[in-house]
Amino acid sequence: MAQKKLKTAYDFTWRDMEVGNIITEAGNASLRRTGDWRSERPVVDMAKCKKCGLCWLYCPDGAIEMLDDGYYEPDLYYCKGCGICASECPANAITMVAEEEI
Amino acid sequence: MSKRVALEASHAVAEAVKMADADVIAAYPITPQTHIPERLAEMVANGELRASYIPVESEHSALSACLGAASIGARTFTTTAGQGLELMHEVVYAASSMRYPVVMVICNRALSAPLSVWGDHSDIMACRDTGWIQVFCENNQEAFDLTLWAFRVAEDSSVLFPVMVNLDGFTLSHVIEPVLLPEQSEVDSFLPKFKYPFALTPDRPMTHGAFGPPEIYSEAKVAQEVAFRKSGEVILKGWREFGDIFGRYYSPVELYKAEGAKTLLLTMGSLGTTAKMVIDEKRARGEDVGHISLRLWRPFPFKEFRQAMKGVETLIVFDRSISFGMGGAVYAELRSALYDEEERPKIVSIIGGLGGRDVSVEDFEYMIDRGREVAEGGTGRMLETVGIRGEMVGTKG
Repeated sequence: MAQKKLKTAYDFTWRDMEVGNIITEAGNASLRRTGDWRSERPVVDMAKCKKCGLCWLYCPDGAIEMLDDGYYEPDLYYCKGCGICASECPANAITMVAEEEI
Repeated sequence: MSKRVALEASHAVAEAVKMADADVIAAYPITPQTHIPERLAEMVANGELRASYIPVESEHSALSACLGAASIGARTFTTTAGQGLELMHEVVYAASSMRYPVVMVICNRALSAPLSVWGDHSDIMACRDTGWIQVFCENNQEAFDLTLWAFRVAEDSSVLFPVMVNLDGFTLSHVIEPVLLPEQSEVDSFLPKFKYPFALTPDRPMTHGAFGPPEIYSEAKVAQEVAFRKSGEVILKGWREFGDIFGRYYSPVELYKAEGAKTLLLTMGSLGTTAKMVIDEKRARGEDVGHISLRLWRPFPFKEFRQAMKGVETLIVFDRSISFGMGGAVYAELRSALYDEEERPKIVSIIGGLGGRDVSVEDFEYMIDRGREVAEGGTGRMLETVGIRGEMVGTKG
């Protein structure tokens, strides 16, 4: 299904600005690639993962997803690379890797 | 029927907030504004006013609390003075940019240092560019009237900007005068219930206060400036309707005995009353002088001010603050407003009344005489501080 083209800031003139720059469309951040300025990404070693879910619990951006098999995986579309998941993981299954090394 | 009662200006403000049926008041007491929150807290405590009174820990919090309350559509009021306004400053910008129609009364006070609790206009002049509608009061009746009017204009759906109502600390805030208090029904007919079109509610989630990267910030600011200038229409309409109901009419620029006057003395705020006494005396002696008062400071009333300057040869501008390295802020702005006019008066700048220094009838008389003398000397420019001890040097602009 063809997706409607998302508006960017450049589609707005000053006349299009809502009063007080309010965003009336709720939750529209989910439509936008908000993780593209990340400098490091979490890489999961599934062999070490115990499926405890602490990374999912601690992620401040809700960017960790549970897979069908019960393992967890960061959604790099939104992940900002803060490294909290790697720091919290009790099994040391998550390593932060610089984007340019990927 | 209005009833005539003796009220301190601060208490007149509190009466206006009560009659406006404000929902949320968040204020931190500071001299010389203290009597306003004190009286409002009393009104809420004894049930005269059904509102939330939030006893915040600072002025920064006071205005922040007002913003939160306004975001859900509450009618909000705060009040401060001098240093308090400075502490609020960050949130002052946020209020106007987020378009929350908070009403704030400022009892104008000098800024430290040296520490001064007395009045001048340093505090409000530091807020010139914050995007709040700004008006000045000359007496207690105006303090009541303009506070009431401020809610009406701020909350108009085509405005949605906050309003600062300025009254001089002590020389107005603490003065007791007769005030006409209207009937509640008259107030209700002037001031409809606040219906904020973007009120936050779980039923309709939205984002207030998102950040603005470089590719959108300019558009946001231009939209704000255009909307702010456009608020002038509602400001005038609000004053017309206020006059029709209460019988007192206000204008952005107000003239006193200015008919045919070659020289006009301009003041803002309560000292206008003293200045007018001097105009009366001079008029009685046959001198062609008049008085002009800037009621509306923001958005700046270009049209009305330029119209008032037609045929005027000398304008003497009385500033109650110093823009350091520049001079009188009001003077500089008025001069700029007239730059493109083919016929424009010579403008003389006089500063005075700093930090609560009395400005007497004699002082105003001196200002007019000295202003005319300077203007006749060929140059309109002068910067002088009335009543200063010691010769002023090094301040030529």
